[in-house]
Amino acid sequence: MNPVYLDNNATSQVAPEVLEAMLPYFHDLYGNPSSMHTFGGQVGRRVRQAREQVAALINAQPEEIIFTSCGTESDNTAIRSALATNPGKRHLVTTRVEHPAIHSLVARLAQEGYRATEVPVDADGRLNMAQYAKSLTPDTAIVSCMWANNETGVIFPVEEAAVLARNRGILFHTDAVQAVGKIPIDMRRSAIDLLSISGHKLHAPKGVGVLYVRKGTRFAPFLIGGHQEKGRRGGTENVPSLIGLGLACELAGQNLEKENTLVKSLRDKLENALLERIPRSRVNGDRLNRLPNTSNISFEFVEGEAILLRLNEFGICASSGSACTSGSLQPSHVLRAMGVPFTMAHGSIRFSLSVYNTEKEIDFVIDTLPPIIDSLRKLSPYWEVGDAICSRVEG
Amino acid sequence: MWEYTDKVKEHFLNPRNVGEVENPDGAATVGSLACGDALKLTFKVDENGRIQDARFKTFGCASAIASASALTEMIKGKTVEEAATITNQDIANFLGGLPEEKMHCSVMGREALEAAIAHYRGEPGPIEEGKIICECFGVTEEEIARVVKENNLRTIEEVTNYTKAGGGCGNCHETIQEIIDRVRGEGQAVIRPKLSNIQKIKMIEETIDREIRPLLHQDGGDLELIDVVGNRVLVATRGACASCAASHLTMKQVVEAKLRELVWPELEVEEVSQ
Repeated sequence: MNPVYLDNNATSQVAPEVLEAMLPYFHDLYGNPSSMHTFGGQVGRRVRQAREQVAALINAQPEEIIFTSCGTESDNTAIRSALATNPGKRHLVTTRVEHPAIHSLVARLAQEGYRATEVPVDADGRLNMAQYAKSLTPDTAIVSCMWANNETGVIFPVEEAAVLARNRGILFHTDAVQAVGKIPIDMRRSAIDLLSISGHKLHAPKGVGVLYVRKGTRFAPFLIGGHQEKGRRGGTENVPSLIGLGLACELAGQNLEKENTLVKSLRDKLENALLERIPRSRVNGDRLNRLPNTSNISFEFVEGEAILLRLNEFGICASSGSACTSGSLQPSHVLRAMGVPFTMAHGSIRFSLSVYNTEKEIDFVIDTLPPIIDSLRKLSPYWEVGDAICSRVEG
Repeated sequence: MWEYTDKVKEHFLNPRNVGEVENPDGAATVGSLACGDALKLTFKVDENGRIQDARFKTFGCASAIASASALTEMIKGKTVEEAATITNQDIANFLGGLPEEKMHCSVMGREALEAAIAHYRGEPGPIEEGKIICECFGVTEEEIARVVKENNLRTIEEVTNYTKAGGGCGNCHETIQEIIDRVRGEGQAVIRPKLSNIQKIKMIEETIDREIRPLLHQDGGDLELIDVVGNRVLVATRGACASCAASHLTMKQVVEAKLRELVWPELEVEEVSQ
C-alpha cells in the first residue's frame, strides 16, 4: 500500500532530483572540501554552489549562510550566540507556541539565570503584538519568534516584529523551518538578524540545516572545531546533504508558486470537505494568514491518536496534537496557548501537504475520514445519536 | 509511534461489546474529557450472580479502547465476586501487555469495574473522596497509594504512567515521592510484584546459584533444581548432601527460607530423588 503522506510538517520526502544529485558524493567524489588537492577541491566548489542556491531562495548573500546539522542546532546556535555576544543582557523574548527546539532551550536558559518572556497568542493563534512590544526591554538580548507555526500553520508578522526589535537594539531570530519554501522570504528587505532552516522539511535529507546570520552580526560559534564555515561552525561538512539541500532550495524556489496555488487548493478542498461532512469539527488557527499546506482540524469528542491509527489502517499519514500523541499527558502546548477547549484539543488532526500530493489522494482522505470519526464517536460516552451529550455525562 | 501488541490493535480496530446494557445492574463512568480519556461501563447480572452481559463506551486513545474492550470480554461469564478480583495488570496481560506510558488505560478499566460493582452492590464509589494530590488530573492520594502497591511502582515517572498523576504541571512530584516512600516502606512482602512462571523459575535459579550453592559447597554438597510446579520447588541433593542425614533440615531451614525471603513467600521446597 502506497502511503498517502499528509505529514510534511513532520518531515518530507527527499526529491528524486535531490537524491540523484547527492549520490556521487557518497562514492566517486568523496573528497574533503578543505583539502588542497583537486580531488577535494572540486567538492569545495560544489559546496560553494549549494551555499549560493540556499542564499538565493531567501535572497541572502552566500556568506550569510552557515550549514548546520539540523534546525534545532541552528536555533541553539542563534540564541546562545546572541547571549554570548551581549553578556550584559539577561532577558529573552519568545512566544508561547514555539517549537521545542526553542521552548526547551528557553526553559534551560531560565534555569541558568536568564529571564524569559513568552508572548501569548489569541484564540486564532495570532501573536499579541501589543504585548510583544511591551515585552522588549533594555535588558533584552534577543527575540526568537517562529515565522510560521508547525502545528497550525499560522504565519506571524515577523518582519514587523523584527523592526520593533531593531529599533531597540535587540537581535531578532526566527525559526523559519516551516516557512522557507512555502512563502516568499527576502532577507535583503528584512530586519531579521538570524534565521533557521531545516533541510528535511523542504525535500532535502534529514541531518542538514542552515543558520542565516546577517552580515555584520556579532557571532559566537556553538560547535568549536576546525575552520569550516569560516570558523563559525566546526566539523567536516556533510557534503552530500549540503549539496542536496542546495538543489532542494533551488527546486523550492521554482515550486513556490505551486505551493500557493496547487497545494493550497488541495488543502482547501480537503479542509472544506471535511468540515462539511463531519459535524462538530473546526479549524484551529487563523485561516486567512496561514501556510498554504497546513490544516489543523479538531473533531469534537474523539481522541486524536485513535483517529490517526484508524487512518493508518488506510495508509493515510497525519499527526495530532492530542495528549496521547504529544509524548506528554496534556494536549499540544500550541492548542492550549490558543485556549482551544479540551473537547476539541484532544481530537485535533494536522494535515500537512506537499507538491507531491495528488487530488486523488485528497479525495481518498475525504471519503475515508468521515466514517472513521463516525465510528469512533459511536464508541464515545460523550456522543449519542449524532450529537454531544457531554453536559449530561459531565453533570 | 507506540509499540502496541497485535491484540491491542485487534481490540482497537474491532472492539467487542460496544454500547450500553439496557437497564444495567452495574454502571459507572470514570475519567473525563479534560483528562483525554473516559470509560462508561455497564453490566447485567443473571439470577446466579454471573455477569451475563457487559458493554462499554470509551473516549480515548487506541489502548484505552482496547483495554475497555478487553475488560468486557474478561468479566462476561464471571460472578461479580470473581470479576472484583481483576487487577489492572490482568487487563494489560490479557492484551499481551501495554506500553508503560499507557498503563493508565488499564488502571482506568479497573477503576470503572470497581465503581460499577460498587454501584451494583449499592455501595458508595470506591475512590470518591480523598485528598487530591494531582490537581491537573484530579488523582487522589488513595489512588496513587493503591497503584504503587499493586504494581510495585518505584518512581514518579511510573506513577505518572499508571495514573497520569504528576503528568501536568509537576507541582505534586514531591508529594508523589512521599507516597511512594511511605507505601514501599510498609510490609515488603505485600508489595511484591506478581511473578510469571518464567520469572519465578529464573529468580529461583539465580537465588540458588548466588545464595544457596556457596553455603552447600562449604560442606562439599550441592543442589540441583529439578522442576517448579506452582509454588512447589522440586530439588535433588548432590555430593555430600545426598548422604547427609540432616539434609532435610537444611532444605527447610536454609533453602526454603532463602527462597521464601528472596523470591516468593509461599514457596515450598521438596526433595526428590533423581
